[in-house]
Amino acid sequence: MRRLLSDTLILAERNLVRLPRKPELLLAFTVQPIMFVLLFRYVFGGAIRTGGLAYVEYLIPGMVVQSIAFGGFVTALGLNEDVHKGLVDRFRSLPMARAAVLAGRTLADVVTNFLSIWVLVLTGLVIGFSFNAPASHVVAGVALLLLIGFAFSWVFALVGLVASTPESANSVGFIAIFPLTFISSAFVPVASMPAALRAFADVNPFTIFVDAMRSLWIGTPAGNYVWGAVAWALAIMLVFAPLAVARYRRATGS
Amino acid sequence: MARAAQISADPSAGAAGPAIAVRGVAKSFGSVRALDGVDLDVATGTVLGLLGPNGAGKTTLVRVLTTLLEPDSGTATVAGLDVVRDAGALRHRIGLAGQYAAVDEDLTGMENLTMVGRLYGAARSDARRRAAELLERFDLVDAGDRVTSTYSGGMRRRLDLAAALVARPRVVFLDEPTTGLDPRSRIALWETIEGLVADGATVLLTTQYLDEADRLADSITVIDHGRVIAQGTADELKDRVGGERLEVTLEREDDVAAATRALETMVSEEPAVRGRTVGAPVRSRSGAIAEAVRRLTEAGVGVDDIDLRRPTLDDVFLALTGHAAEERREDDAADGIEPPATRGRRGRARRGRGG
Ligand SMILES: Nc1ncnc2c1ncn2[C@@H]1O[C@H](COP(=O)(O)OP(=O)(O)O)[C@@H](O)[C@H]1O
Ligand SMILES: [Mg+2]
Repeated sequence: MRRLLSDTLILAERNLVRLPRKPELLLAFTVQPIMFVLLFRYVFGGAIRTGGLAYVEYLIPGMVVQSIAFGGFVTALGLNEDVHKGLVDRFRSLPMARAAVLAGRTLADVVTNFLSIWVLVLTGLVIGFSFNAPASHVVAGVALLLLIGFAFSWVFALVGLVASTPESANSVGFIAIFPLTFISSAFVPVASMPAALRAFADVNPFTIFVDAMRSLWIGTPAGNYVWGAVAWALAIMLVFAPLAVARYRRATGS
Repeated sequence: MARAAQISADPSAGAAGPAIAVRGVAKSFGSVRALDGVDLDVATGTVLGLLGPNGAGKTTLVRVLTTLLEPDSGTATVAGLDVVRDAGALRHRIGLAGQYAAVDEDLTGMENLTMVGRLYGAARSDARRRAAELLERFDLVDAGDRVTSTYSGGMRRRLDLAAALVARPRVVFLDEPTTGLDPRSRIALWETIEGLVADGATVLLTTQYLDEADRLADSITVIDHGRVIAQGTADELKDRVGGERLEVTLEREDDVAAATRALETMVSEEPAVRGRTVGAPVRSRSGAIAEAVRRLTEAGVGVDDIDLRRPTLDDVFLALTGHAAEERREDDAADGIEPPATRGRRGRARRGRGG
């Protein structure tokens, strides 16, 4: 166990040291979310009715959840590269904890996710978003986001190990998760959707994540969203982390 | 404490018995039998050249021996440890430089080696010290603080080899260490490997290059289709092909048939033709060159080069498998100037004539 922890930290450090040397990845954390926020706020925002709430207040929690769910793509790309460039073979030939290669990735994602939460929140504050909650709730919201991001990093870890190329890793993640984030309460009220979509959106974990974030950050009625969100994040992690580790153990790299 | 000790040499490892012992190892991928019952032994402190064309099963065997892949059947021990049962302990004793240089391209050389050292359990400062030592030894000091994506192929290979040696392993596996390198880098890497052996390590080296096995290996195992087809020293293998060979390079390829006819009665088997080179074992060594030149001149065939030599591993391979060692290499298609079978021979011809 101590071995797993120290090896995980060594590899997380490796992944973070690499990051500033890959400017295109950094852009994905910073410029891309800013662009999306601005597009939604100023292009669609005027046409979307969100009850008594200004759209920017409605939007930011949804946007943060969507971008956090995708934070793990760095893990998918990085692991895929490691498999195909033979680094996984090197790691597997070393007397190190096997799960550390994956955990080092997903842990590094937590750091980059933290960065992108900051970028999004600052952008939001500039265009009119404001927190309507005690500081403790704001902090709890950040913690919840990091947990959600960590859970999805394990999904991306599996995708990265299974995919044949970095491009396909990227598009599998995109195709699987992108629609899920839209058929939820992230960008428009679920009530405005056709009945079939609404039925799906109501049970979509993204709706629960986003509603939990709204209750923590802008004080909308909380219900059981927060605990529901925590339960979903843990469930996703408990399913995908073992799957990814099992897949890693027999990764061939051929 | 125990972990820190693991990075230093363990003199007792593999001291008794062969460093590598493989018995009946088989491994299939679906319907492909990549290894079909391989047996081999490598004595401690020696170099085994594992020779075979693309797809022969070399990488699969290396992966089994380095604990990356479990065999379907058979057993293998490395440094006295079973590759399946004792995999964890074995990983402390071996070094692997895989078929493709496994270095992180976004880290510097120094960072790469330090990371590997720490993953072996060394403290950061010890790992850095060892990394600096290896950069020095592999002539990478100046490049040590550059990200490895800026390295040449040869530098990347050297760094990869350095990474394999971080924990001073007693048994080292090198999978096609010089494939894709220019001739100068190849020779430099050969010297490095020779240095490694001089320090007492046991090396298993796979290669498609016969000259490489000839130069580096104490003994050679030839595999094809996952099976060992020959084993022995380079000289023993060459002896199996028989006597001295006459090789004639003609001025014009059109003359091949005429030349074959002219030489018919002085050779012991049907000559092998490679482009405009005709080669076959001679019945009698004495006066063979003069006799061949006389016959060819009489037949009106222009001779570019003529040579009487010991059989090479190329000939061995051709005789054992019915195809040339490199005929399945992918990049041959791109090389229209020279027929595939002659490519691997350049290096040896140069050495032969130069030395
Ligand atoms: N992971 C794998 N999945 C399927 N087939 C494989 C795998 N690894 C190797 N093979 C097949 O096994 C055979 C031996 O391959 P390999 O050991 O890589 O040969 P070599 O290293 O001698 O070129 C080849 O036919 C190859 O296609
Ligand atoms: Mg191979």
